[in-house]
Amino acid sequence: MSEQTISIAQTESQRQAFARQRAAIDASARWPVLGFFTGSVVWLLIGTVLALLASIKLHSPEFLDGPSWLTFGRIRPAHLNTVAYGWASQAGIGVTLWSMARLSRTELRYPRLLMFAVLLWNIGMLVGTIGILAGEGTSIEWLEFPAFAPPFFALAFAIVTVSTMVTFSNRREPHVYVTQWYLIGAVFWFPWLYTAANLLVIYAPVSGVSQASINWWYAHNVLGLWMTPIGVGSTYYLLPKVLGRPIYSYQLSLLGFWSLALFYNWAGVHHLIGGPIPAWLITLSIVGSVMMLIPVITVAINHHMTVLGSFRQLRYSPTLRFIVFGAMSYSAVSIQGSLQSLRTINEVTHFTHYTVAHAHMGAYAFFTMIMFGSIYYIVPRLTGWEWASGGLISFHFWSTSVGVLVYFIALTFGGWYQGLDLNRADVPFMTIVRNTLPYLQIRSWAGMLMAAGHLAFAALFAMNLLHFGKQRSGPTLFFDRPDAATLTVIGDAPGRTV
Amino acid sequence: MNQGPTIFLGVFLTFASAWLGLVVAPYVQLEAQRSQNAAKVDAPPETPMEGLPAQGRQVYRANGCVYCHSQQIRPENFGSDIARGWGPRRTVAQDYVGERPVMLGTMRTGPDLANIGTRQTSAAWHHLHLYNSRITSPGSIMPRFTFLYEQHQVVGQRSSAALTFPPEWDVKPGYEVVPTNEAKALVAYLLAMDRSRPLEEPGP
Repeated sequence: MSEQTISIAQTESQRQAFARQRAAIDASARWPVLGFFTGSVVWLLIGTVLALLASIKLHSPEFLDGPSWLTFGRIRPAHLNTVAYGWASQAGIGVTLWSMARLSRTELRYPRLLMFAVLLWNIGMLVGTIGILAGEGTSIEWLEFPAFAPPFFALAFAIVTVSTMVTFSNRREPHVYVTQWYLIGAVFWFPWLYTAANLLVIYAPVSGVSQASINWWYAHNVLGLWMTPIGVGSTYYLLPKVLGRPIYSYQLSLLGFWSLALFYNWAGVHHLIGGPIPAWLITLSIVGSVMMLIPVITVAINHHMTVLGSFRQLRYSPTLRFIVFGAMSYSAVSIQGSLQSLRTINEVTHFTHYTVAHAHMGAYAFFTMIMFGSIYYIVPRLTGWEWASGGLISFHFWSTSVGVLVYFIALTFGGWYQGLDLNRADVPFMTIVRNTLPYLQIRSWAGMLMAAGHLAFAALFAMNLLHFGKQRSGPTLFFDRPDAATLTVIGDAPGRTV
Repeated sequence: MNQGPTIFLGVFLTFASAWLGLVVAPYVQLEAQRSQNAAKVDAPPETPMEGLPAQGRQVYRANGCVYCHSQQIRPENFGSDIARGWGPRRTVAQDYVGERPVMLGTMRTGPDLANIGTRQTSAAWHHLHLYNSRITSPGSIMPRFTFLYEQHQVVGQRSSAALTFPPEWDVKPGYEVVPTNEAKALVAYLLAMDRSRPLEEPGP
């Protein structure tokens, strides 16, 4: 097909023309992308505090109790919504806007309107979060924001979608790269999902258990059709850029994208296995979940074969380290997810902390880590300022990666035993509660490790925005490289963090 | 080659197929079932809860009880829900008609509550348990919902609604704990939760 037509600078004058073009694109994207990133970092910190509170309350129920807004049943949905919509979604939008403009080789369209979208989004976050803590939460998982918040997000999202699509349709680069397919999918799917789910569950609720099936169609697709395409798309963009070699197979990336589009859509209702809804619906969702093995394995092969032979680069590049960790987690969590949707396994894991571990493997070990890596790549190109400390980035990497792995292992085992015991009617319920406590305590410690990493990340981000410290002459890497100062990424400016 | 329209069409069609399958089709099926039921003479009422229990459902919603308690019984050969005594039969779509929101739940940090009104029938027990679950259930990790109760000095006659504590848990002498309207509504909701009515035919 058209993979041979990618424009690559041949002569010195072409190289200079491309450099000017790149600078113009980065300038156009600067404020909206940094705006979304700033919002995402603030909500990451708020969401982390809520996470620690919720985690500690689960093994020490009288920790900081008293006022109604600090009760577990409000803190937990406040955590989910702040990290899913405040952190993950805003980081994802920033990555989407910048990547789409760069890959389309044209300036980002409507930057001022996008700044308005940043404002709308964060007002929505603020009133929604306060609403949940005040007892106005809906108790519909992943859609807890009270009815006055969703219009802010819907409007902000309309702006993001229009800007992304107009930028894309003004593209100067004739070749449409695989990342762009994923991003088009994301900005088209999510607004439809969000609007439809809010209308049918919050504003004009359908009757009875149809609410539940729509709820889980939506909730699983937040991961599948919003975070996943952005995470996988960003990996497809940054891996070849940092490694300086093309993606392994164009055909595999085609297969991976279209099989994801076809199957992920259908997977959500596996959250209701055993529940009071039509059996055909659940079976269909299980089929969709298992078929997800196709896109997942395809993408895993494609990414792995691209990195193969270049693993030593992980030693230097912060971007690469976070992204490779995220991409490996994506394969692991997706294969786990397909297995977990089988009735025999789900009979044990449903209703337990096993599911919570799985959710964090997806939203954190996969998506969040890829967002960290992408932000480390993108921000210096927008601010013209390098990261203050490679050591702090390294601390961020190790605390979050070790933290989330400990988290995952503890709750996976704790949840599995919990599920086995729940299915044995002779084990008293309180025995099961007591048995899960050690795992929940380990989870709190793991959470604190992750929180320390978030503080390091937020400090680095703030220092970069404020141009704090002395200016670096070369990129911020984990270890010195002899060629660091002239390290050139394919199609990008030299001397910046990779 | 301009791939834009191809991608857009593919993205639209894949999404639309699942939208029809997972949202529209079950909606149509469940609505059809509902109108069939409504036509029957002895059909259960469409809005099983009104008044205080319905208010209590909103207290349950506001405080996120759903994050630890499910309201669904799985079939006999799937899990041990029935063997644990959580309900006499699996719950079916009919059991949730008219509920807003439907809170099936996906977590069992605490026990299932689909039939809690038939399993624990004492309002006094529920009040003590909500005030501090460790009083009635040692080892419990449920939050204390003390904010749904008021503690004040006894003036004259003790309030008839005041909680009666076991001696080791009693509040300061001369004081009493009375439920707010929210607590009363929540307990009324819990007591009204009953999805054990026999079914004419097996559910979906």
